[in-house]
Amino acid sequence: MRIFDYFRNTKKETASIAKERLQIIVAHERSQRNQPDYLPKLQQELLAVIRKYVEIEQDDVDVQIDKNGDCSVLELNITLPG
Amino acid sequence: MPQHNLTKQKRGISTLAKIIVVTSGKGGVGKTTSSAAISSGLAMRGKKTAVIDFDIGLRNLDLIMNCERRVVYDFVNVINGEATLRQALIKDKRCPNLFILPASQTRDKDALSQEGVEKVLLELAEDGFDFIICDSPAGIEHGAFMALYFADAAIVVANPEVSSVRDSDRILGILQSKSRAAEQGKTVEEMLLLTRYNPERVAKGEMLGVEDVEEILATKLLGVIPESETVLKASNQGTPVIHDEDSPAGQAYADAVSRLLGEEVEHRFIAVEQKGLFSRLFRRSA
Repeated sequence: MRIFDYFRNTKKETASIAKERLQIIVAHERSQRNQPDYLPKLQQELLAVIRKYVEIEQDDVDVQIDKNGDCSVLELNITLPG
Repeated sequence: MPQHNLTKQKRGISTLAKIIVVTSGKGGVGKTTSSAAISSGLAMRGKKTAVIDFDIGLRNLDLIMNCERRVVYDFVNVINGEATLRQALIKDKRCPNLFILPASQTRDKDALSQEGVEKVLLELAEDGFDFIICDSPAGIEHGAFMALYFADAAIVVANPEVSSVRDSDRILGILQSKSRAAEQGKTVEEMLLLTRYNPERVAKGEMLGVEDVEEILATKLLGVIPESETVLKASNQGTPVIHDEDSPAGQAYADAVSRLLGEEVEHRFIAVEQKGLFSRLFRRSA
């Protein structure tokens, strides 16, 4: 049985690859859900402003809105190189 | 009379009948097969049930339920006042409690107005229907949106496969934000129906298992329908597969219907069946 297990593990089962990929994409899409429509544009404009000073990539700016009861928090996460 | 309508609407459809949408996002996963089986199952259990095809322009529920030659009027005719609901409803030949409202084959899908759909649902509810099953079209466009908008509960049909699971999550998101229940601050009861399940392939690590899909979607499991030749045979003949009591798929649908009616039934057909000479020998020696 050990030998079989060994051969099995060398090649990852495709179902577990599917599960991992799904968990990542679903979590990402859920975080995008129910966000205001202006968010992508806000992200673009912030990116443009920061790029005037520092060279960063699209993915380096993360914009999210979290609702806490009756107030919302705009969360900016900007990763700078170096 | 507008005054009269207003009081009717205040009473609400949901207090009279339970509206269940059968939806998935992705096409070809078994929405119509499941709608036909589950509506038949509810009727067999004595519930007065209507099943509505929301796939305007691409109707198929009539074919799956073997009433394609009895379609005279359709859903859009009723909405437009060209026929009464009574004229358009087709009585199922097998279940006396079951009625089918076919989709229009010719009109465009925008013919389904929100007011029109609500009017039909309300009339069904007042006519004493216990369950109204809304068979959604694929996609997330107008027809799919109309099918889910008034739902009290949703059966999300998924295959154990990446694109279907992702689309199911998308549909769950829409149910949670765009349905009338969501707009009113309530929730739609969500249930997962996993179809075309192959326990052998799951055991080999080639197919997502039921626990995997449940974990990803975080939704209550209504049932697991095993992949079975009998499903195609049933649609070939226009006999909903639930009538095939010897078929695992038919039995799995019957179990799902019991759960829908609040009964606790253990899930079957999830594990690999012990069969064949080798496994029998193995079991005997063990």
